[in-house]
Amino acid sequence: MTDAAPIMNGPANGSLATRNSNDAVSRGLKRRYAAERRFKAYGILAIAFAMGMLGLLFTTIVSKAIPAFTQTMINLEITLYPQDIDPAGTRERQTLSSANYRKVIRQAFYDLFPDVTSRRDRRELFDMISPGAVYEIRDMVMANPNLIGERVVVQMPMSDDIDQLNKGQIRKDSPETERRVKDKQIAWFERLENRGLVETVFNTTFFTAGDSREPELAGIFGAAMGSLFTMLVTLLVSFPLAVASAIYLEEFAPVNKWTQTIEVNINNLAAVPSIVFGLLGLAVFINFFGMPRSAPVVGGLVLALMTLPTIIIAARSALKSVPPSIREAAYGLGASPLQVITHHVLPLAMPGILTGTIIGMAQALGETAPLLMIGMVAFIVDVPHGALDPATVLPVQIYLWADSPERAFVERTSAAICVLLAFLVIMNVGAVFLRKRFERKW
Amino acid sequence: MFRKSLAVVAVAGMAVAMANAAEARDQIRIVGSSTVFPFSTAVAEQFGKTTKFKTPVVESTGSGGGLKLFCAGIGAQHPDMTNASRRIKKSEVERCAKNGVTDVVEVKVGYDGIVLANSKASKQMSITRQQLFLALAKDIPAEGGKLIPNPHKTWKDVDASLPDIKIEVLGPPPTSGTRDAFAELGLEGGCKKFKEIAALKKSDKKKYKAVCHSVREDGAYVEAGENDVLIVRKLEANPNAFGVFGYSFLDQNADKIQGSLVDGQAPTFEAISDGSYPVSRPLYFYVKKAHVGSIPGMKEYVAEFTADKAFGPDGYLTDKGLIPMGDAERKKFREDGAALRNNIDL
Repeated sequence: MTDAAPIMNGPANGSLATRNSNDAVSRGLKRRYAAERRFKAYGILAIAFAMGMLGLLFTTIVSKAIPAFTQTMINLEITLYPQDIDPAGTRERQTLSSANYRKVIRQAFYDLFPDVTSRRDRRELFDMISPGAVYEIRDMVMANPNLIGERVVVQMPMSDDIDQLNKGQIRKDSPETERRVKDKQIAWFERLENRGLVETVFNTTFFTAGDSREPELAGIFGAAMGSLFTMLVTLLVSFPLAVASAIYLEEFAPVNKWTQTIEVNINNLAAVPSIVFGLLGLAVFINFFGMPRSAPVVGGLVLALMTLPTIIIAARSALKSVPPSIREAAYGLGASPLQVITHHVLPLAMPGILTGTIIGMAQALGETAPLLMIGMVAFIVDVPHGALDPATVLPVQIYLWADSPERAFVERTSAAICVLLAFLVIMNVGAVFLRKRFERKW
Repeated sequence: MFRKSLAVVAVAGMAVAMANAAEARDQIRIVGSSTVFPFSTAVAEQFGKTTKFKTPVVESTGSGGGLKLFCAGIGAQHPDMTNASRRIKKSEVERCAKNGVTDVVEVKVGYDGIVLANSKASKQMSITRQQLFLALAKDIPAEGGKLIPNPHKTWKDVDASLPDIKIEVLGPPPTSGTRDAFAELGLEGGCKKFKEIAALKKSDKKKYKAVCHSVREDGAYVEAGENDVLIVRKLEANPNAFGVFGYSFLDQNADKIQGSLVDGQAPTFEAISDGSYPVSRPLYFYVKKAHVGSIPGMKEYVAEFTADKAFGPDGYLTDKGLIPMGDAERKKFREDGAALRNNIDL
């Protein structure tokens, strides 16, 4: 531009035309800048919209989940009368396990309310304590039989309805017929509160227990362990298989009709709906090989099939992006093809392969559809201890809770979503860390 | 790479080894209806906590899907029990028999009411089953007995006593047992009150069923998925809409939604229990007798389910929304269950 300027401002006879074209250019320029600014603005708007939606999603989920992390407890003073628990004094496990702890708790609770005498009222009164309290006392006594005969203060969960009342989810001012908590129960609850027996504590049960039909006893730990075992199997099966096939296809395979067909099929496989893999798993792993239903090992194998193409495609493009100069230099120094790959190409391609693996695993972590077919959409109380125990996974747990009628499961559903997201974040952080370690610049 | 292929071989070997381990099983497996699921799981949990047996695994597969798995054969890879929100069909008994499942114990656990509910923000509706059929059926009889596509747009079009709002009903899809029961008890109940259609029942049973069970597909009935919680939330947001779902969801959300009166009866615990509320159905579970010796705890599970502390009038299942049976019926099924009586008689 600067070089051309003196010529354009030169002889007078051309100045009109030059000025005109200058004007035209500057006018056009303005328009073009405006177009660029608009384009940028659209981009920013699009990002702002996406971020806004994400923010909205997170705030609603987290705000709904927060109440689930606390639980209303009652500190009840209980006398463990030997005649109720172990009349013979044998301290046998069987006797201790089947003793009538309900009676013990009921007696202690009724003593707090001597004015409640009618059968119906007493029933409603006792309904305020979670049915899980019985097992809590039982486990305590089983762990330490010396407690029998003692007077102990035990912290026990209150029922989900009372918990909801305490958290304000059930409103006291709504008509009595429309809420699950009776006026009498509210009055009793307030009396307990005034005596300082009610306490809201961090909900450890949620993080340590398996599923339950009682919201106050339900926990996410069983599903989290199920997810962990499933993901482990998926990773152990899909990662080595995918990397091996990617290396063969990229580095060794001759280019012919066969390898081309395989390539096309791998790309197509990545787009197959996940439920199809579930049907395949049912037919092959369960019906043909006779593996157990609802087991993480079958779930892991099915999800491994699903993630294989994703990892293969990512691994191939990562291998392809390693510069040929690296290979040639290694060959030049006398390395064998296998040495070139294991010593040079694979380490350099690792960050890309890991990224692909994490994308595939994250996808697998959120799947429910293929698991439906192999029986992992089930109610399972016991926390799984291995890949063969019946288990469910986090997204399935979310689905099951979202479908439960009890109101207290609404907040637990959101809390479970938070746990799933945390799981995902941990996996991603792990991948970022590994990638950073392997990353090489050339 | 060599080490990796070793790993692959190891994993494959593990898989085969586990295939053999799967033969024995020490845990009851239950499949079946999503309606019975909340009750079955409550019993399973109680059973697992109070006995020395493991907690049974309960899958929610739907009544039809559950019976299909149940009837697939005998052996540890097949479920031991199945829940159903309807009775087993003759075709299913035959399929069972074909696969060697000949001894099956039927246990009725109680009733479930199906309600038509709307938001508390609008007025409670009182409707007859005949009006319900006229509002929701695909084809309705016109004057002269001919069937015409349902022309009704608002509830008022159906009957002057009903509100002047657009017909909009959210309900479960055809795969659901709730939908089957709603069609059978609600729609068919109103349908057969028309003389022409009642005559059709004798002459052309298939057509009769098609007419009485077909729900309109022009947008007045919205299939809202199997998730009843979702329907409840949608009703809250849209006061003009009605929803169809099980009684337990009404019970849990009575501060937000109200059940419509059907044939003058409100859907209350008492009315469903004594049978005066017309749209209620029995719930069942089926036990595979051949498994009783080999899978531990099956008899005890049945005993737990049929104990009065579970399915009785004051049992813990009523808290979950189950409507209990009368004393005589409870006694019969408790005894049948305890004796493992092969009691299916279709």
